[in-house]
Amino acid sequence: MNKMIKYALFLGCNIPARVRQYETSARSVFAEIGVDIEDIKEFNCCGYPLRNSDFKTFVLFSARNLALAEKLGLNMITLCKCCYGSLKMAKHHMKENLFLKDEVNETLAKEGLEYNGNLEIKHFLSALYSDIGINTLKEKITRNFKNLKIATHYGCHALRPSNIMQFDDPVSPVIFDQLVEMTGAKSIDWALKLECCGAPVLGTNDDLSMNLTEKKLTDGKKAGADYLCTACPWCHLQFDSVQNMMIEQQRINNHLPAILFPQLLGIAMGIDKETLGIDMNQIDISVIGNL
Amino acid sequence: MLFTVLLYISLFVFLLGLIYKVSTWFSRKIGIASQNFTTSERISAAVKGILGVIFSPKILILVKVFILDVILQRRILKEDLLRWIMHMLIFTGFMMLLLMHAFDSFITAPLFKEYYSTVNPFLFLRDFFGIMVLAGLMIAVYRRFILKVPRLKSSPMDYYAIIILAVIMISGILLEGIKITSYTEFRNMVENYSGLDDEGEILALEKLWVKDFGLVSPNVKGPIDPAIIPLSKVLHNMNCAECHSSTEWAIMGYPAARLLKLIALKLDRLGGVNAFWYIHFLACFIGLAYLPFSKMFHFIASPVSLLANAVMDKDKSLPANIATRQAMELDACTHCGTCSLTCSVAVAFDKIGNLNILPSEKLVFLKTYASGKDLKENEIKAIQEGIYLCTNCDRCTVVCPVGINLKELWFNVREDLIQKGNPIPLVLSPFSFYRGLNQQKLDSKNYSNPISLTKDAITDKCELMKNPDEVISLTPINKEFKEKIDLSSQATTYSYCFSCQNCSTVCPVVGNYENPQKALGLLPHQIMRSVGLGLKDLAFGSKMLWDCVTCYQCQEHCPQGVKVTDVLYELKNLAIKESFNNE
Repeated sequence: MNKMIKYALFLGCNIPARVRQYETSARSVFAEIGVDIEDIKEFNCCGYPLRNSDFKTFVLFSARNLALAEKLGLNMITLCKCCYGSLKMAKHHMKENLFLKDEVNETLAKEGLEYNGNLEIKHFLSALYSDIGINTLKEKITRNFKNLKIATHYGCHALRPSNIMQFDDPVSPVIFDQLVEMTGAKSIDWALKLECCGAPVLGTNDDLSMNLTEKKLTDGKKAGADYLCTACPWCHLQFDSVQNMMIEQQRINNHLPAILFPQLLGIAMGIDKETLGIDMNQIDISVIGNL
Repeated sequence: MLFTVLLYISLFVFLLGLIYKVSTWFSRKIGIASQNFTTSERISAAVKGILGVIFSPKILILVKVFILDVILQRRILKEDLLRWIMHMLIFTGFMMLLLMHAFDSFITAPLFKEYYSTVNPFLFLRDFFGIMVLAGLMIAVYRRFILKVPRLKSSPMDYYAIIILAVIMISGILLEGIKITSYTEFRNMVENYSGLDDEGEILALEKLWVKDFGLVSPNVKGPIDPAIIPLSKVLHNMNCAECHSSTEWAIMGYPAARLLKLIALKLDRLGGVNAFWYIHFLACFIGLAYLPFSKMFHFIASPVSLLANAVMDKDKSLPANIATRQAMELDACTHCGTCSLTCSVAVAFDKIGNLNILPSEKLVFLKTYASGKDLKENEIKAIQEGIYLCTNCDRCTVVCPVGINLKELWFNVREDLIQKGNPIPLVLSPFSFYRGLNQQKLDSKNYSNPISLTKDAITDKCELMKNPDEVISLTPINKEFKEKIDLSSQATTYSYCFSCQNCSTVCPVVGNYENPQKALGLLPHQIMRSVGLGLKDLAFGSKMLWDCVTCYQCQEHCPQGVKVTDVLYELKNLAIKESFNNE
């Protein structure tokens, strides 16, 4: 890696408000491996929550963000799978439908922006895997986990629809597992690995949402996982805050704590626990560094 | 006499207004959190809270916040240097004028024995502070009307604030300018303060004042004979110099005097000094009397908000005090628009045009709402959309220059506003995630009402769903409905569906139920076929639509390339549009 890699970091709405440890841990990993980050203050919501009700406003939301990054000539990196999915989806729609793109640009022009589509959108995991590479990352790892079993949770909106997302093989993806195994931990096989976390319907059908979460947690636990590893704030909130709520409601008793991937990687790189926000997870994961 | 009467009247109105406004902080009920407290409970909780802070180490936090955020306005500086300069100019300039000039007999005179408003440094400083305020106002006008910041809204109250300050400043400067030129003023001064009664000597003095001090006299015309000047100077030094620095030091008033030179005599004869004196003090008095009801009230409420929020905590403070603080915060808002500039969803305003999406405008709405105004049906709908179209990213709270805890305000008010018994389309979206995450803080009895109400409102219109035994006529197909499914090129793929049921088999939502058809209505493959057959009621009427987790398993696994999830998305868009927007 001769040339410094630089991305516009798209944090979205959940991370700064509710999963700050994802931001601090990811930034510390970027610093460790020498990835340069540009913060664009003007970024707005990716538009994901609007998809149910207002397709065109959703596309406008994504397009404005893309236009802002494009203006600086940067590719975008997201930490959130739903932001990733939405931005990519919007990009796809504007490529397919030039009328839609023109309509969006007409609105964007009012604030001097224009979307052309000349940028790439990466997720944290895909950027680490393809742009940095396992070998480079391995050089930075100072402590190898031993006997640590991790259940990787891929997250739907990065994987599918695969023809648009181009994240990994939608049926048997590997990049998350390889990234986890690089730390010495074992990525276990579990049946519900690629299933939904339940977050999209929390607040509209809590029972369904928590059932889906519960199924995954039980399955991961049964498969022998010590931790469930996430790389999306929605999934993480579901497996951390919502799981915590489910424990309080005595809906489940056998809990499976969730850890964000940059927290896991950060520990392996010897980054301090405070920066990684280990104590900020609602379900205690503080013993992980002692392994 | 008139001056004194009006002063006391406006002071009286100001004080009454102040008492009224502060009393509303303890009486107004905002959102769900304040319903259980009486005014007296809130007052005693406030006294307890304030005393608790004053006699604790937290007092140091208050001192720090007072210096950094109230006086130095650090929070504005963090957001925008230009606005900080603007506000500092107006704030410092105006406060100094108030203390040094308006209250001179109470403050400046006792402090400085040799104080006269017409000697330096006071003469110069008064104009200097005036320039500061005017420069600040010019930046304000530039920002609101010329720069055209996207989504920054200006209300009549913003115009009022700029206008009243501008009138006070400009009338003050013109008054000073006319006074400098005024021959009547000159004669009065000579009569009252000098020992001169010889007309020849007075004329000599007059000539010096015309030459150097901007006086416009009917007696002095043409060039002044330099021979007389030494005498003039002696007279000036004996009679005037002690109380008068050179009027050129009035850096605004003097140029105004020069500008008015040609019409000065006429103005003087018409009583220009008096006229501008009236305009100036009347504007000041109007500003004072109306202050508690105007945006300028923020100069009291905003510091209170900054200080209160620095020491309050939603988990530790008394709930009654949070209720009081939220009522007070509505007055603290200066309508500066910082929240709307940083809002994650403000872009939606460009497309939807609902002002209530912008946080600054939601606050405007809340001010009237808290005062007990009844809402019309369309107003309810607009505010429900505005308050729910929020990702709870908290950016507004982080940036608010007066420290209003907006995120807690929204959470509190949102619940109140969505429990009005009408359907709200946006509750059927991931915007509900935050509410679900915080459901333990909400009344479990009514919690699911807005959701079930909205779902029912959509299914109620779907007659076919209610009569499962009805024989469906396959012709004529509802072509109009099919044609509406056109938001994206993905949508029309429903026509390739041959009901292999792969989508329903891989669907985790379907898999969640023992009897999915009972829980969800139609399953994904049935919905695809219903669209193909143009059966709108069946496509819209299933709970499946709103329980879809959008995991895209169905779409990924369809052997026919039907974009199942995307078709469901389109149906949701259309169902909301047809069920709610066409009413």
